[in-house]
Amino acid sequence: MSHNVAIRFTDVGFSHREVVVLEHASFHVHAGEFVTLVGPNGAGKTTILRLILGLARPAYGSIEIFGVSPQSAMTEIGYVPQYMNYDPSFPISVAEVVRMGTLRGTSRDTMRIPLSSMADVLEKVGIADLTDRPYAALSGGQRRRVLVARALAGNPRILVLDEPTANMDRASEQLLFAALGKLKGETTILMATHDTGFVSALSDVVLCVGEREGAEHGILRHASVPEDRMSSNAADDQLARVLHDTELPDNACCCGADEVSDKPSVSQPEDGAGQGGGR
Amino acid sequence: MSFFAALVDPSMPFVRNAFMASLLSSLLFGVLGSVVTVKRIAGLAGSISHAVLGGIGLALYLDARKIIPGLPPVVGALVFAIVAAALIGIVSLKAKQREDTVINAIWAIGMSIGIIFIAKTPGYADPMSYLFGNILLVTTTDLYLLAALDVVVIVLAWRFYPQIEASAFDEEFAQTRGVKTDWVFLVTLAVTAISVVLLQTFVGIVMVIAMLTLPTGVASYFSKNLKGMMFLSTAFSFVFSFAGLGLSWRLDLPSGATIVLVAGIAFLVVSAVRIKHKA
Repeated sequence: MSHNVAIRFTDVGFSHREVVVLEHASFHVHAGEFVTLVGPNGAGKTTILRLILGLARPAYGSIEIFGVSPQSAMTEIGYVPQYMNYDPSFPISVAEVVRMGTLRGTSRDTMRIPLSSMADVLEKVGIADLTDRPYAALSGGQRRRVLVARALAGNPRILVLDEPTANMDRASEQLLFAALGKLKGETTILMATHDTGFVSALSDVVLCVGEREGAEHGILRHASVPEDRMSSNAADDQLARVLHDTELPDNACCCGADEVSDKPSVSQPEDGAGQGGGR
Repeated sequence: MSFFAALVDPSMPFVRNAFMASLLSSLLFGVLGSVVTVKRIAGLAGSISHAVLGGIGLALYLDARKIIPGLPPVVGALVFAIVAAALIGIVSLKAKQREDTVINAIWAIGMSIGIIFIAKTPGYADPMSYLFGNILLVTTTDLYLLAALDVVVIVLAWRFYPQIEASAFDEEFAQTRGVKTDWVFLVTLAVTAISVVLLQTFVGIVMVIAMLTLPTGVASYFSKNLKGMMFLSTAFSFVFSFAGLGLSWRLDLPSGATIVLVAGIAFLVVSAVRIKHKA
C-alpha cells in the first residue's frame, strides 16, 4: 500500500458560532486506507467531513488533500451524505442521480456521458438492475447504495461516507459493506459513524473524535485489529468479513490510546507519511 | 363568432396576439415553472410577483401627479421585482431561519403600497386589471419581448441543465462537485423577477404565479425527469391557456381568471385521481 498522504489535518481548529467543535486537531490518512471516524453525536465527525470536502473552512491550522487545499481537490472526492434534503416528488431516475456524480463546476459535459457507461459503477454497488427505476421508488437501503454509486461515478481518489448505515436494515448494510470491500485498497475510504460498538472489519484505522480527557475536541488515531476476530470458515468470503466486525473496547475513544492498540499514535503534528498508526 | 373563426379573422389581430402570447408564455411557464417547482421556491416567486403591485402603484402615482411624467408602470414593477428578489435572495442565503417571515412581509408590504398609491392616484385605476391582467390587450412589442425572454430562459436552462438539476436535487452534493449553488439560486430568482414583470403586464400577477405552479404540478405526476417535466408543463400550460381563452371568448368571461380556473381544476382533478389511485 502506498504511503502517500491522502488527507492531512495540521493543528486544525473549528468553531460553530460560539461552540468549539475542533481544537488543535491533527491527523493524517494514507492513500488506500479504509478509515473509520468514530465518536458520539455532536463530537465533530460531520464537521471533519465538511472540512475535507471544502464545504467549510477551518478557523486555524491547515488541511491538505493530496498536498493541495480541499477547495482545489473538490472533484477528487466522492461524497455520500448522511441526510439528504430529498423531495420524493422530484422526478429523477437512478441513472440520472448517478450521472450527477460526474459533474464538474459549470461544465455541461456530464450530459454527454451515456447512462450505459455507468453500468460498472452500478454493478459495483449491486444496483445494476435498478438503473431506470425512479429514485423515489427505491427503499432506503437501495437509495443509499445509489448515492455511493453517484459518489463513485466521478472516479474519486477519496470516498467520504457520513453515517452510511444509519436507519439501514442488516441486509442492506451487508450489501453496502460488500460494495465497499471491493473498493478497499484502490480508493481511500473515510467513513464516519457514531456507533463505536460496530466498526467494520474492513477498517485499517480508527480515528476517535472528541471525548478525550484533556483534549475534548481532538482526534486519536488507532490501528484496528479486525483479522484476529474473524472465524476461520469465513476468512475467504468477502461478504462474510463484515459479519465479524470489530467491537471497540469501551475505553477506545475516551482514554489514552496506549490501552487500545498495540502500537498506537496519538496524533499530534507528526512526522507525516512515515507514521502508520501502528500498522 | 366562434373562437376559431376569430383567431383567423384579419380584423381581429388582438385574438391572434392573445394566442401567440399563450404560446410564448407557455414556454416560459413550463421551463421556469419546473425549475421553481423542483427548487421549491414557488413561495418566493409568489412574493416577488405580488410585491410588483407596489411598483406599479407607485409609478402610476408619480406619473399622474406629474412628479415623473410619462413613467410607465412596467418600470416601477421592474424596480420592485428586483428589490424584492435581492432582499429574498440575501435573507435566504444569510438568515435562512427568517426566510418565511421576510417572504410574507415582502408579499404583503408590496401589495399594500400598490393599493395605497393606486387609491391616491388621480383619475381611475383598477387594481383588478393588474391582478388578473388582460391577455387580449397584448401588443406586438410585448410579443417580441416575450420571445426574447423565452430565448434567454431556454438557453440558460439548456446550458446549465446539470447544475440546475443537481443543485435542486441535492444542493450540498452539487457544492462538492464545484457547482456555485448560490449563483444558480440568485440567477433563478433574477430571471423569475424579470419574467414576472413582463408576464404580469398582460396576464396579471395572480395568473403569473398560478401558471408558474399549476401546469408543472400536473406535469409532475407524469414526468420521469426534470427535462420531461419542462416539456410536459410547457404543453399543459399551452393547453390550459388555449382552453381558457376559448372558454372566456365563448362564455364572455375575464380571460386571465378563466385560464387560471381551467389550470386549477385540471390540477385538482389529476391530483384527486392520483391520490385515489395510490390509496
